[in-house]
Amino acid sequence: MTGVQIDLISSDRLSSMAPMEKVRLILDEVKKGKIVVLESGLEPTEETKLIEITMLEVTPEGFIGIEMESYPQKHRKNIFEKIFGKNPRARLTVIGPANQLKTLHKDKDLISALVSAREV
Amino acid sequence: MGVFDSIKRNFSVWLRKVFKKRIARIGIYGPPNAGKTTLANRIVREWSGDTMGSTSEIPHETRRAKRREGLTISSNGSSVTLDIVDTPGLATKIDFHDFMSFGLEEEEAKRRAKEATEGVIDAIKWLEDLDGILLVMDATEDPFTQVNVTVVGNMEARRLPLMIVANKIDLPDSAPARIHSAFPQHPMVSISALEGFNIDKLYNAIAENFGG
Repeated sequence: MTGVQIDLISSDRLSSMAPMEKVRLILDEVKKGKIVVLESGLEPTEETKLIEITMLEVTPEGFIGIEMESYPQKHRKNIFEKIFGKNPRARLTVIGPANQLKTLHKDKDLISALVSAREV
Repeated sequence: MGVFDSIKRNFSVWLRKVFKKRIARIGIYGPPNAGKTTLANRIVREWSGDTMGSTSEIPHETRRAKRREGLTISSNGSSVTLDIVDTPGLATKIDFHDFMSFGLEEEEAKRRAKEATEGVIDAIKWLEDLDGILLVMDATEDPFTQVNVTVVGNMEARRLPLMIVANKIDLPDSAPARIHSAFPQHPMVSISALEGFNIDKLYNAIAENFGG
């Protein structure tokens, strides 16, 4: 059976990993053609680190990069978060090979994507 | 991040706000072809007579960050001196075939793709050294791109000021209200960097948000 493997990684597993461990895990899986779904997403600084490392690994005839989709973070509303600078909790993030995952629609609370076993 | 680190960081942000820096280093960010260099050129030309860089319909025309130091912008009695950093467009994927569709030969497209990946890294590195950013979005496009979400998230995490510039409002299908609705927590100015529409409003907002 042909298809696309999807790995759903729990927030418990993510919380025990260092930022670079997360980036390495994601990129290794995505470069194998897998779609990775992170239950609790990445912090914004982890997202930029992922983009940075992705760019280092782009090659003309091979890996062209990633498609990454996460919801916008909810901004701080209560006084405790404003005073103590508590970051809003990262939300679900979907990452896949750019030639297999294509976002169709995205808004504050919905990500709609097309996954292909072939290049799209 | 520990509570102590958070308090320390928030205190330093508060100090910076109270004793506003005389020179703010502002980065111009956004996805490719949003009009970052067109905007940078307009700002620099109008306040110093120079230009920052070339523009093109081919994405990733700017592949190295360029800085223009000591630009003083005055508006409505406020003034601010800025170091403006025009950054390469941020992207999560770069395929040289996309450049060939604009008529580039394969070798040139591959070279441009390689330089574009380096440009994205350059832009990300600059995030560490800025006092605030202008996030330029194409008002004819869907604002919920990953680049926009990531840049907004980064500035919020760093507690640094961010102003959204909804560009290309001269185009008939532009919808700046859609951008404001997507990121209502940040100030936004709608402009056409190419035609100069609302550029005075942008200078007012820059002086107000980044100046003293």
